[in-house]
Amino acid sequence: MAAPTTARGIAAAVKAGTTTAADFAEQHLLRIAERDGEIHAFNHVMADQARAAAAAVDAAVAAGNDPGPLAGVTVALKDNMCTRGIPTTCSSKILEGWRPPYDATIVEKLHAAGAVVIGKTNLDEFAMGSSTENSAFGPTKNPHDTSRVPGGSSGGSAASVAAGFSQMALGSDTGGSIRQPAALCGVVGVKPTYGYVSRFGLVAFASSLDQIGPFTTSVEDAALMLDVIGGHDPLDSTSIPKEHPSLVGCLDQGVEGLRVGRITDLPEGADPDVLERLEVAFEALVAAGATVVDVQVPAFTFGLTAYYLIAPAEASSNLARYDGVRYGLRVDAPDTNGMYAATREAGFGDEVKRRIMLGTYALSAGYYDAYYGKALKVRRLIHDDFERAYQQADVLLTPASPSVAFPFGAKGDNPLAMYLCDTYTIPTNLAGHPGMSVPFGTGAHGLPVGVQVLAGTLQEPTMFRVAAELERAMA
Amino acid sequence: MSEQNGLPGDWELVVGLEVHVELATATKMFSASPNRFGDEPNTNIDPVTLGLPGALPVLNGKAVELAMRIGLALNCTVQPCTFHRKNYFYPDMPKAYQISQYDQPLNVDGWLDLPNGTRVGIERAHMEEDAGKSTHMGATGRVHGADYSLIDLNRAGVPLVEIVSRPDIRSADDARAYVNELRAILVAIGASDAKMEEGSMRVDANVSVRKPGQPLGTRCEIKNVNSVRSLGRAIEYEARRQIDMLESGEAIRQQTRHWDEADGRTHTLRTKEDADDYRYFLEPDLVPIAPSAQWIEEVRASLPMLPAARRARLADATGAAADSEAVGVVVERGHDDYVLAAAAAGAEAARTLTHVQQNLSDDGVAAVPAAALAALVQLETGGKVTATQAKTILGEMAGGAADAADPAAIAARLGFEAMDTGDLESLVDQAIATDPDAWAKFCGGDGRAMGALVGLVMKASKGKADGKAVTALLNQKKA
Repeated sequence: MAAPTTARGIAAAVKAGTTTAADFAEQHLLRIAERDGEIHAFNHVMADQARAAAAAVDAAVAAGNDPGPLAGVTVALKDNMCTRGIPTTCSSKILEGWRPPYDATIVEKLHAAGAVVIGKTNLDEFAMGSSTENSAFGPTKNPHDTSRVPGGSSGGSAASVAAGFSQMALGSDTGGSIRQPAALCGVVGVKPTYGYVSRFGLVAFASSLDQIGPFTTSVEDAALMLDVIGGHDPLDSTSIPKEHPSLVGCLDQGVEGLRVGRITDLPEGADPDVLERLEVAFEALVAAGATVVDVQVPAFTFGLTAYYLIAPAEASSNLARYDGVRYGLRVDAPDTNGMYAATREAGFGDEVKRRIMLGTYALSAGYYDAYYGKALKVRRLIHDDFERAYQQADVLLTPASPSVAFPFGAKGDNPLAMYLCDTYTIPTNLAGHPGMSVPFGTGAHGLPVGVQVLAGTLQEPTMFRVAAELERAMA
Repeated sequence: MSEQNGLPGDWELVVGLEVHVELATATKMFSASPNRFGDEPNTNIDPVTLGLPGALPVLNGKAVELAMRIGLALNCTVQPCTFHRKNYFYPDMPKAYQISQYDQPLNVDGWLDLPNGTRVGIERAHMEEDAGKSTHMGATGRVHGADYSLIDLNRAGVPLVEIVSRPDIRSADDARAYVNELRAILVAIGASDAKMEEGSMRVDANVSVRKPGQPLGTRCEIKNVNSVRSLGRAIEYEARRQIDMLESGEAIRQQTRHWDEADGRTHTLRTKEDADDYRYFLEPDLVPIAPSAQWIEEVRASLPMLPAARRARLADATGAAADSEAVGVVVERGHDDYVLAAAAAGAEAARTLTHVQQNLSDDGVAAVPAAALAALVQLETGGKVTATQAKTILGEMAGGAADAADPAAIAARLGFEAMDTGDLESLVDQAIATDPDAWAKFCGGDGRAMGALVGLVMKASKGKADGKAVTALLNQKKA
């Protein structure tokens, strides 16, 4: 019998006793040991904890108990998710030595579902970046071509799944930080509706935009993961207070009769190879019974600008607490104010400092109305434009990233060029809507291309039906 | 000096008060840590209080309810509201921002009537979280020049309501009355224990002066006022300081000033120019709250009778003035229901009020049933015992004597037998005979002479005579 390759298959095999969680964990730990020195997906491999969790799953099976829907499935966590007693760094020096006294809600849910958390993955510092080059601990490499970036900011999580270090991974997506690296690494990546997954225990970058979601090798596994981690959390006031329907249950419904929207005023800038794959995706859906409709989302093009005011504004507030007093790095100085300054100077990287300054400026008296206030208005326009589009179309299809994975250093000196990586993903975060990247063949240099499926608030079931169809078209 | 406000010339004082009160919730505003004063420092803490990465605030529904109680008791409109972040960096604020209400507060547009009838507008009463407490060691106890500072985060995240008055207060006395009345309301509705000495009620005063009819003057905000008495002193000092400056041709600069209790002066804390830029923005970790009409009405219906209404009720029952000291004190102590119960049991209300105000502590009220007090007052007003004897008997009753519930028995035990009216009259006649000079003066309209005659009767009766009855007899005989 062939070894299972999906999370669902692994959980079934572990529960059936045809294999053990311990075996799977060891296989993944071995792969990490063999290749993560090169890839650097992980900041911290939780080998002992993973073995203990796998043993507990196996013991539960042996005792006749059901360890849960993710029994024995290895999961890597972006290192901005709090894990009790385990370093949680956000790939920043400023959090050096900090071990959270609590688990994020998603970590508790993973444990309860029988998952085996295998480690903490690398990211752009505080999730600020699109290449994982902004990590204080060095970049992660794309497993498809180690001279290229994995995307970001959840580059470590995307690379972990692409390299087979973990069956699944979780990332966070503030402006595209799940979907863009998923596209560049050739895996499935989902940013759910804002409030679908609890943010409790996710170290905040931009609180009104941050959302946790999965990286997987299949659409079904992504649905399975969201079924596990989704739902209201009393500890997160912004989590949606209602039950979500099972996404696994809607994957086989096909796309017959669905209206797939083509955004005719989509910002330019995507490479031809990426646009070509997008056309193939439209064709595949039409072949499966969907119709294509043209829609306009005029404010889409202003998303990037609004985002780079709103996200830094919130970040400037969220990151003000890192002062060297209560936890993390402290750089001594003759007096307290000097200590704060020296700590923040040494603890934060350039991109984080840039965004703190940008955000502080945007919120300042005298500039607020012109910058932050106006960005909020644009955010409302984007939301409303999308809502209008979703009256005409059930889902929208766009590129997930303007290009395939780019070489290290290609955009390193040019923040604006780097920001453009998120042109197609950012508006979704501003609208609070769900979006996902589905691997859809390859483009230039034989590198993976992702197609992005977008849908309206809580329209994950429809989004997943379309994603599953795209996956079938590639099979 | 103008009689109205104690200020020189025709200067008018303009005061608005910002009062912070800690809400009497069991837990903090956004976390499950206890909201309790006086515990070992840094024990009532949790990831939210500490502002640890990844922690999120969850609004305490009880805090919202208590804040609504305050708003409704102050005649405010309760409206849908939001929370903002007020960003500033200080060591006792671990998140580096305070969650507060900004342009959409819970309660707006109310008023508070002072006992003297002055109405003070309430601009808003909004919710926010408290900061931790910094204790600066060494030097003056203030941060400048301190050797080091200690931080206690037990108070961080305690729910507060900030009650902002309109600048409707025109004297230091009214400012004091406002704070006293507000405190009485807060205690009555169970929203806060409102103890200025423990910091659960903190008052900042915005003070300016102007000539009548002129626009509002530039104001200074006075902080560190730790008692109602200090509030009056600080306002008076600050008004005089501003008047002195204006009269010598100087302009007032908008400032925050620190009241120094020891030297009785205010000192510059910071000027408007170095005020923080708080960079307010909508708190993305919380959702708007919109109390339903039903919830608002439930809270409104659960409010107890407020102090002003209780004073009016007691005044009505006793004939005393609503702003009299007796009525004020008895309502403040919460003994008005007790007075009314004794009156309902047959006691003369006015006499009962005096006893409860002057002769009974909280413990005394608890010890003496209203019916027993009524029986005592009836003995007194019926002339069976004198006022002095009644006070003595009440002392026995409150002290838990075996016969505490039976004032007549106590009177008998103490030998306080009622004097026969005939006996009293013969003592009065004796007194007139003893001091005919006083009697002549008394008859001539010299009221002071009556004291000498009453004194003689009291002496002869060994204190058993009822002073009121003696006076009545003397007046009767004069006529």
